[in-house]
Amino acid sequence: MATSTFAAVSTALSAGRRLVTAVPYFWLAVFFAVPFAIVFKISFSYMVPAQPGYAPLFEWLEESRRLVATFNLANYQVLLQDSLYLNTFLYSLKVAAISTVLCLLLGYPMAYAIARSAPTTRNLFLMLIILPFWTSFLLRVYAWIGLLKTNGVINNTLLSLGIIDQPLVLLYTDFAVYVGIVYSYLPFMILPLYSNLEKHDLTLLEAAADLGARPFKAFFKITLPLSMPGIVAGCLLVFIPAVGEFVIPSLLGRTDQLMIGTVLSAQFFGARNWPVASAVAIGLLLVLLLPILLFQRYQQRELEASRR
Amino acid sequence: MAERVVDRQNQYLRIESVTKRFGDFVAVDNVSLSIFKGEIFCLLGGSGCGKTTLLRMLAGFESPTSGRILIDGQDMSGIPPYERPVNMMFQSYALFPHMTVAANVAFGLEQEGVARPEIERRVREMLDIVKLGEFAKRKPHQLSGGQRQRVALARALIKKPKLLLLDEPLGALDKKLREHTQFELINLQEQLGVTFVVVTHDQEEAMTLASRIGVMNKGQIVQVGTPTEIYEFPNSRFVADFIGSVNMFEGRLIEDEPGHVRIRCDDLDTTVFVSHGISAAPDARVFVAIRPEKIEMTRGQAAEGENCVGGVVREIAYMGDMSVYLVRLDGGRTVRVTIPNIERHEERIVWDERVVLRWQPSSPVVLTQ
Repeated sequence: MATSTFAAVSTALSAGRRLVTAVPYFWLAVFFAVPFAIVFKISFSYMVPAQPGYAPLFEWLEESRRLVATFNLANYQVLLQDSLYLNTFLYSLKVAAISTVLCLLLGYPMAYAIARSAPTTRNLFLMLIILPFWTSFLLRVYAWIGLLKTNGVINNTLLSLGIIDQPLVLLYTDFAVYVGIVYSYLPFMILPLYSNLEKHDLTLLEAAADLGARPFKAFFKITLPLSMPGIVAGCLLVFIPAVGEFVIPSLLGRTDQLMIGTVLSAQFFGARNWPVASAVAIGLLLVLLLPILLFQRYQQRELEASRR
Repeated sequence: MAERVVDRQNQYLRIESVTKRFGDFVAVDNVSLSIFKGEIFCLLGGSGCGKTTLLRMLAGFESPTSGRILIDGQDMSGIPPYERPVNMMFQSYALFPHMTVAANVAFGLEQEGVARPEIERRVREMLDIVKLGEFAKRKPHQLSGGQRQRVALARALIKKPKLLLLDEPLGALDKKLREHTQFELINLQEQLGVTFVVVTHDQEEAMTLASRIGVMNKGQIVQVGTPTEIYEFPNSRFVADFIGSVNMFEGRLIEDEPGHVRIRCDDLDTTVFVSHGISAAPDARVFVAIRPEKIEMTRGQAAEGENCVGGVVREIAYMGDMSVYLVRLDGGRTVRVTIPNIERHEERIVWDERVVLRWQPSSPVVLTQ
């Protein structure tokens, strides 16, 4: 009797578990796998000046009673041959990489300070980190135009203080893009770092001190290696969206140098060339696959470490 | 207990009227203590008695509010943990999870800037001593609790500290492993000659490990002595009660001679005759403490004479090596008696039997505080 009840309960439990894990799988299938398949399909089509803007891959020809498949690899050829695409890809990777490093250098000390502050002030700090999300992202990026432009707040302040004679060219430069990306993505660096640093066992630092390590040395020997999963998570959360970013570079960036996200949106909305836009999207995905896989491996490792 | 080389002339560690306050709370209250070179000194007390705070002050993680600490004659005031000739074994072991066993043990030597070949040699030696040679390349989470404890010990000992501080060294081990490890720890200490200061709440651990015990209560050291002194001659009701179990009776001194005293206890139908003198005012309120194993129990109806009372067995707990009896005295009090189970087939005293309890005049301890 008892065993059968137990069996029934455990069956119900495992069914429940399957149901719970089914939700994210369902979510991924509907909102990632299906759209991805569609984009993948379009990337092999021909562009046609009609609605929906691309030719179907598979066509059922009634008269010959045959299924005809038409694949177009030219969209990918364009990516490889037109130097514009290679150039923007490389530029996007450079901007994303530098922004990620800047976010890390700025975010690590902040995350560290928050994790080591008193629990009451800690919540206040976290709140302040998240607070900007309450305003529209677009609005915040627009606000930077007002700050950075030739007669903007920064130039006017510096001029009136007599620090500079000529207004600085800040807007529509690489600098402005870095400012925009670092400003927008800093919370994505700080939060995973904080959640890692906050879990550190501080007796490890006492042990290091006890064994003769000065605080600085103990940080590099103990805290830094143990925060690696947080660093990796934060870097990927900044790097991946930064590569494909198009709002910030189109509002603040150079006009002579596009980022891949801008090109993609231009192809899609401007030129209405869905097949090439899709090929760009697939190319971007391939470029980002490596860091995503890296991220997953780290998550896995952290999961294993926490199971100890 | 093994013979130890304890240099009683050498007050290796001196704690001079050390007080530590956290806000209004006095964690350590004017403690003075001398610890000799080569001994295992146990700080024993319940949780919150200040023993860990005292240990952390020795390591340098806390600094005394007043008083000072001298190690081998050197004043430790203002010296940070990483410059003290002291190492600590943490209760949680605090092993570095991202480093191998060998790297954990090598850490201390690396900070000293010892040459690589020398580090490797000493790490190998130390791991052999704690019998972990084959585990050098493992990470801490791949080890059992006992193995981790030995890594922590090896890591703390490799710098040959003047003083090794151990915070509940056996607390995380199961009972069988504890007993085994206790003796290993003593052997190791003798082999290396390092002075140990151990913090524990476990009196059994303190009794087996220590050459001397300091019993702490409410931030103060209440008694310092060898395990035997602490157990047989407790100086206060707190110590008598804290170490082992004891039957305590309140009474009045009715006869006070240099060679003996007589005490009239409220809960006993007999007077207690004690074969040694005490220093107390005549007619003073005193406490008589009698250990359960020092009471003799026989079947019988009536109790006659001094140091002799009658009662009925209420509870028996069979522990294998001995049995614990709870005997309700005719006066109403319940007394704890332990009887070793020497015979296998002996007809043991059972529930509800009438018994007579007796003890030797030398057995009771008379406590005035």
